[in-house]
Amino acid sequence: MENLINIFVKSIFIDNMIFAYFLGMCSYLAVSKTVKTSVGLGIAVTFVLIITVPVNFLLEEYLLKKGALSWLNESFVTLDLSFLSFIMFIAVIASITQLVEMVIEKFSPSLYNSLGIFLPLIAVNCAILGASLFMQEREYETIAEATVFGLGSGIGWLMAIVALAAIREKMRYSNVPAPLRGLGITFILTGLMGIAFMSFLGIKL
Amino acid sequence: MENVEKEPLFSAKYKKLITNPLGLDNPITVQVLGICSALAVTVKMKPAIVMAISVTVVVALSNMIIAFMRKAIPGRIRIIVQLVVIAALVIIVDQFLKAFAFDVSKQLSVFVGLIITNCIIMGRLEAFAMSNDPWPSFLDGIGNGAGYGLILIIVSFFREFLGSGSIMGYPVMEKLGLYNFGYEDNGFMILPPMALITVGLIIWVQRSRNKSLQETK
Repeated sequence: MENLINIFVKSIFIDNMIFAYFLGMCSYLAVSKTVKTSVGLGIAVTFVLIITVPVNFLLEEYLLKKGALSWLNESFVTLDLSFLSFIMFIAVIASITQLVEMVIEKFSPSLYNSLGIFLPLIAVNCAILGASLFMQEREYETIAEATVFGLGSGIGWLMAIVALAAIREKMRYSNVPAPLRGLGITFILTGLMGIAFMSFLGIKL
Repeated sequence: MENVEKEPLFSAKYKKLITNPLGLDNPITVQVLGICSALAVTVKMKPAIVMAISVTVVVALSNMIIAFMRKAIPGRIRIIVQLVVIAALVIIVDQFLKAFAFDVSKQLSVFVGLIITNCIIMGRLEAFAMSNDPWPSFLDGIGNGAGYGLILIIVSFFREFLGSGSIMGYPVMEKLGLYNFGYEDNGFMILPPMALITVGLIIWVQRSRNKSLQETK
């Protein structure tokens, strides 16, 4: 249990998808103009992460890892399919995103309309594939760890985009030098927020 | 078909496809694509250059392949088709790096895999390859890959030079003997947030020189 809490806190604050690894920056920069839409996108990303990371964990554990196929036949012990993981992971992510899109369209048309084009684009959000690849690289041992890691990464991403959106709403009243307006100042803001987040470094529960 | 006038392989129009993304239509600073993986690999110049070459190869080839197939792809499932093409190319690049440049491939870790979701590739496929012939698409891919690489190299040059006091792993500051005069490396430049701020500054310089790129709000 302690281990799980540790992974959770670590994936939100220390290994934050945006501030430590810059994953999902494209939609992060494009959607963070208002708080309302950024909350919607953040929740959608978190939701997709909670599903895809454990599913990819199972794929990795029982299909792709070296010797993972030994449950099928003894002679597969030396088989290593991990070079296929990119294509498997992205296929899982693309199909689950499609599924989430259909579910949201059915049950909450208003959220569906406000997210618009960004919903299908979650499939190509680097944070989603990144979480699966980090899950593979860090070799989490149980499915619970993988799920908690997915949840934590999602919440970290949600928090980062909502915080940036809130700052950008205030920035509209500031006198930013003309060449920095829009994109430039957003980069610098994210950098400064990243520096602030570095103060969480070294926290261990 | 014989008398259709063919454009030469490197006509002025095609040359523009390569030169535009280097400056006024840069994928990172103007189109805001592919930032995800751009920043994390810029601590040192060597991984940055390897990353730039990998992305250029993938974007050029996937542009060309999709341009060949574009009339056969049904609109509704085109994202999945594109992802499969990109993923296959990235697997080839990844295996190649693992075989011939293992230490760089370890440094890049997950970011090689993340080329799949690099927005430059999807963005160029959607915006260019789906409506153009293979050869211009290939050139467009090369141009955008080079524009991406240019920013990567500028950012990594400053981060490595100021942060570790070396260029391409060669210890410039030490050879100049600046440490004897009390010079110290700016450890701040190695930290991830400084990549963002460096790109922000590049955008500032570029936009103050090209007023047309400035945003009104």
